Amino acid sequence: MSEPMDFLLLVRGTGFDVALTIFVIGVVLRLFEIFSLGRGVNLAEPRGREFGPGMRTILTRNVPDPHTFRRQPLTVVIGYLFHIGLLISLLLFVPHIELFKETFGFGWPGLATPIVDAAAVITIIALLAALWHRASNPVMRRITRAEDWLVWLATFLPMLTGYLAYHRMVDPYPLILGLHLLSVELLLVLFPFTKLMHTFTLFIARWYNGAMNGYRGVQS
Amino acid sequence: MANSKTLGESLRRHGVTRRGFLKFCSATASLMALPPTMVPAIAAALERAKRPSVIWLSFQECTGCTESLTRSHAPTVESLIFDHVSLDYHHTLQVASGEAAEAAREAAMHENQGGYLLVVDGSIPLADPGYSTIAGISNVDMLRETAAGAAAIIAVGTCAAFGGLPKADPNPTGAVPVSEIIRDKPIVNVSGCPPIPVVITGVLAHFLTFGALPELDRYGRPMVFYGQSIHDRCYRRPFYDKGLFAETFDDEGARKGWCLYKMGCKGPMTYNACATAKWNNGTGWPVEAGHGCLGCSEPDFWDAGGFYNALSIPTSDVTGTVVTGAVAGAALGAAAALLNRGTQGEAREKHATVTVDDLEKGV
Ligand code: SF4
Repeated sequence: MSEPMDFLLLVRGTGFDVALTIFVIGVVLRLFEIFSLGRGVNLAEPRGREFGPGMRTILTRNVPDPHTFRRQPLTVVIGYLFHIGLLISLLLFVPHIELFKETFGFGWPGLATPIVDAAAVITIIALLAALWHRASNPVMRRITRAEDWLVWLATFLPMLTGYLAYHRMVDPYPLILGLHLLSVELLLVLFPFTKLMHTFTLFIARWYNGAMNGYRGVQS
Repeated sequence: MANSKTLGESLRRHGVTRRGFLKFCSATASLMALPPTMVPAIAAALERAKRPSVIWLSFQECTGCTESLTRSHAPTVESLIFDHVSLDYHHTLQVASGEAAEAAREAAMHENQGGYLLVVDGSIPLADPGYSTIAGISNVDMLRETAAGAAAIIAVGTCAAFGGLPKADPNPTGAVPVSEIIRDKPIVNVSGCPPIPVVITGVLAHFLTFGALPELDRYGRPMVFYGQSIHDRCYRRPFYDKGLFAETFDDEGARKGWCLYKMGCKGPMTYNACATAKWNNGTGWPVEAGHGCLGCSEPDFWDAGGFYNALSIPTSDVTGTVVTGAVAGAALGAAAALLNRGTQGEAREKHATVTVDDLEKGV
């Protein structure tokens, strides 16, 4: 009679613990490794500084490159819509903020639920469009590997189940809430070992790019 | 004892007027979400209904469910119905005890074989039958024996419906709900700790009117009462949607009646009629009194995390996990760094410098 509840309790307890442990160990391990590898010594005379340009590049790369936009507008538009919507859904939904607060000891204000709801819808549509684009565009198809489908699915499932849970579209409720948590746990487990790591490495890569160019005295 | 008197006669004898009776019928209809056109049919059916024999068994329970029902303010719909069933056995309420009481139960079972309603509150211990006995009979034996001749079973309260507090981790008595023992009888779960009085009388009225049990949800609970979540019917919901929350029990938000989600309200995962049926003769309900919903009508609610933790907080120690994970990750990272250093060193050693002369020689 109470299996959906048992399932929910499992994914809210042990399941979450296991997934979070793998996530944290994996992410710290990989970042540690990247930083400890460092870069080769550059024997050339520095022509500028590294820090400022490195930092600046982290910010400036948020602006889409006009050249890419002209060639692949869909990639750029979908990419932005999806990432912004995902960040709103993940970071500005009050129940999520409560979880972060419990974990880190501090929280931040959330948004009204209709706004988060709209962001979630946009994210889901953008993800579907991205899937369609990946499947139909010949260039995209050629550069797509199995991992890309997996990463897409791991990102899509939490959004879909979260939407279904919020709107109570699956009965009983503990089942869909449990599935939402399970899908997040899958995402957490895959995260450190897939392209999802770009969430963190993106900033390192941008910094290295900016810093290297700064060292050479060129604009990045 | 159940007698041949109909409910109509019995009500009249207690001075209930025709007008009062019809009022009760319309209240029942609206309670059960039936159209007003059904009122005459309900009245006719109830008028003719024999007083049903009810046997009430109390197992591992705290008597809160009985308290909830018997203390419902009179004369309410629930007390009307409740006063007129033939409660042939209820060992908390009856005067007789021990063998005399058991004799009453057996007589009621015998006389109404196949037709009585069995109401159960409390869970049943399976780890050791001796954990809970009545007149030397273990709970599980008494349940099996009494259920055999029942028309239907109403499991009143979360303990009887889902195991409740006795079943909470680590469940020392091996407590189980009624539905895990009896599988061949219709069972209605009227969950809640305690359940709303009007819900059980609603089920009784439905049974008397239609001779059948109401439509049930996945957890065997009557749809009419458990069909919607507390959260969806909560009058504080607009604050939830606007993002306005009480952060403590005495802050500005609490005084203004904002949403109690952050204070641990389990309303979003709880299905019950508190927000509409209310408590204490309709004066209020927990959220109205300023305290979050505990989720008491859901299975395993005792184990579903702290009552004052937001619903989205996992039951495990997340901070501890993150800290341990980070330390372990750093240690593994350091080991990986050492390994990589070694690889880098080897590569450097193997690296042979090539001069322009070497290259030219090669050509
Ligand atoms: S007080 Fe509880 S039930 Fe009411 S809106 Fe807030 S979370 Fe939902």
